[in-house]
Amino acid sequence: MAVDNRFGPEYRDADDDPALFIRNEIITGPVSDWATDFSHLEPEWAADPYPIQDDLRQRCPIAHTGRFGGGWLPVRYADVAAIAYDTDRFSSRAIIMNNARPPREIAPVGGSPPISSDPPFHHEARKLLLPAFTRSAISRLEPATRAFCDSLIDAFDGRDVVDAAQEYAQHIPVRVIADMLGFPPEDGPQFREFVADLLEGINLPPDERVERVHRLFQYLLAQVDEHLARPRDDLTSYLLDVELGGHKLDPDHVVGTMALLLIAGIDTTWSAIGASLWHLASVPADRARLVAEPGLLPVAMEELLRAYAPVTMARLVTQDMHWGGVDMKADDWILLSFPAANRDPAQFDRAGQVIIDREVNRHAAFGLGIHRCLGSHLARMELRVALQAWLDRIPVFSLADPAAVTWAAGQIRGPRTLPLRIRD
Amino acid sequence: MALSLKGYGLGEGSDAVKVHIDSGRCQGHGRCYDLAPGLFGDDDEGYGQVLGNGIVPPGEEKAARLAVANCPERAIDLLEET
Repeated sequence: MAVDNRFGPEYRDADDDPALFIRNEIITGPVSDWATDFSHLEPEWAADPYPIQDDLRQRCPIAHTGRFGGGWLPVRYADVAAIAYDTDRFSSRAIIMNNARPPREIAPVGGSPPISSDPPFHHEARKLLLPAFTRSAISRLEPATRAFCDSLIDAFDGRDVVDAAQEYAQHIPVRVIADMLGFPPEDGPQFREFVADLLEGINLPPDERVERVHRLFQYLLAQVDEHLARPRDDLTSYLLDVELGGHKLDPDHVVGTMALLLIAGIDTTWSAIGASLWHLASVPADRARLVAEPGLLPVAMEELLRAYAPVTMARLVTQDMHWGGVDMKADDWILLSFPAANRDPAQFDRAGQVIIDREVNRHAAFGLGIHRCLGSHLARMELRVALQAWLDRIPVFSLADPAAVTWAAGQIRGPRTLPLRIRD
Repeated sequence: MALSLKGYGLGEGSDAVKVHIDSGRCQGHGRCYDLAPGLFGDDDEGYGQVLGNGIVPPGEEKAARLAVANCPERAIDLLEET
């Protein structure tokens, strides 16, 4: 067998040149006017972004900010959908709005294919991953997921108050994705740090961000070494082995996709599970109805995904243009808020209300167009199983201290502290 | 977009109605095969597929309507069989 030398010293010692990134001044602090100075990193947005989005939908409806080097925030469903579908004028070469834009030359591949890829490369990279993430492939993970949820609940034995975000929701996606990638389950706490580094440390100095990303890639390269030495039936060995156009993948592609698969499924599903439990703890009638009618869960879950969609994406404008009534410039950011689209009254009847038995629900929580969340079937399985297990075992629960609940700022929103009273 | 089967003659013993997926729009969200498993399945990459000839049998009308109304990509239509 030929030695796989793609990950040798030549690759490892090559320095990415951060100088190629377009950097801007970091601006933080209270927002003066959400229409002209928005920031999804400020506490007001984290605590409750929906009134802000509703107000902007009346006033703008595409808000601007000078932060992050300049960007736009559409809040109407129609605008969000149009941007998601227009991959020519809105590139995915960066999908986390921050203070450094990658050079245009990294398109159409981007740093973490396929989420960072544009056509035509995007389709090829995505096709490699789709079979592992179909509903039927994912259904094989369901029994182990349920058993894991039960084990987390077993550990609550004898306690009155638990943190459902930190002691329950967080652990479920971490365990599942570690199994899929073939990473040691005990490394879970490190994954949580990687996620925080990438998604939450947005306004840190760029050099510090580079250093933190470096830590993640060092970890992934250690996993590559381990899998090259001992190949097995998991996604890491699959990525190391698979071919595209007759060649094994470029090493950057392998490691970038590993990073994507590790990071993208953690905060997102954690947020969806946590937000759903927060809602049910806050609205006793909805909780009681789901306990009485377990068959309603699949419908209820879609409504919770609509109302508390955790994921906002970003795009970069590819050319100067007049779009949606505003003058966009090449390299402006778009903060692509699926949560805002999901609460647009022009698209949804009673958009601001959670209607637990809403049957017609064309929501965009998993995105629209070619970048539909690759892990949506996995996320739905985890969310359904996590809620089923919780409701079966803990049918009565409430917010122990509403003021103690905290929500993540940034593009992935969900509860990060969620004390629930699980016994009277 | 037809959200109702009224006007298609369904239940009146006249023309049959078929479900159709626009494969150019489908992105594999899977709402159709979740909501109407009697009418839709998934392929090896998770994209929706119409099962059999796609004719909506009695009892599946509501499932068909929900699949159409919940597709995020608006990729599903109900067509009158001609």
